[in-house]
Amino acid sequence: MRLAEIWVYLAASPLLHLTLTVLAYLVGDWLYRRANMHPLLNPVLLAVVMLVTLLTLTDTAYPTYFEGAQFVHFFLGPATVALAVPLYFNFHKLRRMWLPLLGGLLVGAVTAVLSAIGVAWLLGGSTETLLALAPKSVTAPVAMGITEKLGGPPSLTAILVVSTGILGAVLGPTTLNLLRVRDDGVRGFSMGVASHGIGTARAFQESEQSGAFSGLAMGLNTLVTAIILPPLVHWFGIV
Amino acid sequence: MLYAIAVLLVFQLLGEALSQLLKLPIPGPVVGMALLFITLLYPSKLSQQLRDTAQTILQHFSLLFVPAGVGVMLHARRITDEWLAISVALVISTLLTIALTALTIRALGRLFGKNNTEDQRGRS
Repeated sequence: MRLAEIWVYLAASPLLHLTLTVLAYLVGDWLYRRANMHPLLNPVLLAVVMLVTLLTLTDTAYPTYFEGAQFVHFFLGPATVALAVPLYFNFHKLRRMWLPLLGGLLVGAVTAVLSAIGVAWLLGGSTETLLALAPKSVTAPVAMGITEKLGGPPSLTAILVVSTGILGAVLGPTTLNLLRVRDDGVRGFSMGVASHGIGTARAFQESEQSGAFSGLAMGLNTLVTAIILPPLVHWFGIV
Repeated sequence: MLYAIAVLLVFQLLGEALSQLLKLPIPGPVVGMALLFITLLYPSKLSQQLRDTAQTILQHFSLLFVPAGVGVMLHARRITDEWLAISVALVISTLLTIALTALTIRALGRLFGKNNTEDQRGRS
């Protein structure tokens, strides 16, 4: 009885879901390290699975959860600004490679959009799904804005963006190993173009240089995708 | 630490303001990142003052995506209906984007011969 009252009290305060978010991530990160950083045990993926299970079991709605989780979510902004710091410390290398990087960025940005909507269209995806998929490789707030402008569902975009990030973090390093791409800068940059901040977080685990290039790629791809996506989608004939 | 966080917040604020003011298609934090980068290019103590805090925050960057990821709950229906199209598109597109980006950078790097990357050094 007493316990139930405490639960009701805690469940209504943002503290509970904030704490659970941080704890779930710590457990996920611990498991990931225990498994020698096995790509399938990505800490974001583990934390999301744990939290969704818990919220479903306790019959908690997402908005209630987000009241607590928003404090974590908020730090995406300052963290994005902080990407300028490793970028600055790796600037000398960037400057030497600017032309190849620019080429990679343009090819990557177009590939990300067209391959996603092309494959989903072939497999019978609905128009809303195609619009939500198109900007999946750029960071969540921008991607949501792009989908909204095109008339798609922005909250579906948020999930597809996070899924893309997790996939890039899980599959990216292996793909790059298979292609024998060993340069840290190129590895980070490719992961950043394809899978934004989560790819960047993964790249930082490889090295600071890899992370810096990834952060740069993420920032530049935001800009390029925001510009090229509407005409590409239009050309594809969805809207 | 507190000083560094204040600097990050100030630049985010400037970025948000500029993005709104000029109606840019780029979100405020990304504009803030660009502004901070330009500021760092001027010689000062700032880069050293920010280094540790930036490193600490970025080490746990992926934690910040957890709240958005949990939003998957809201779309369970559509995702079960269209799971095949969505999952195949995400996997193929992500792999293709990573591969083509890396291959393009490598090809252009060799073409212009300026970036002596570790990759090329390792094999020559």
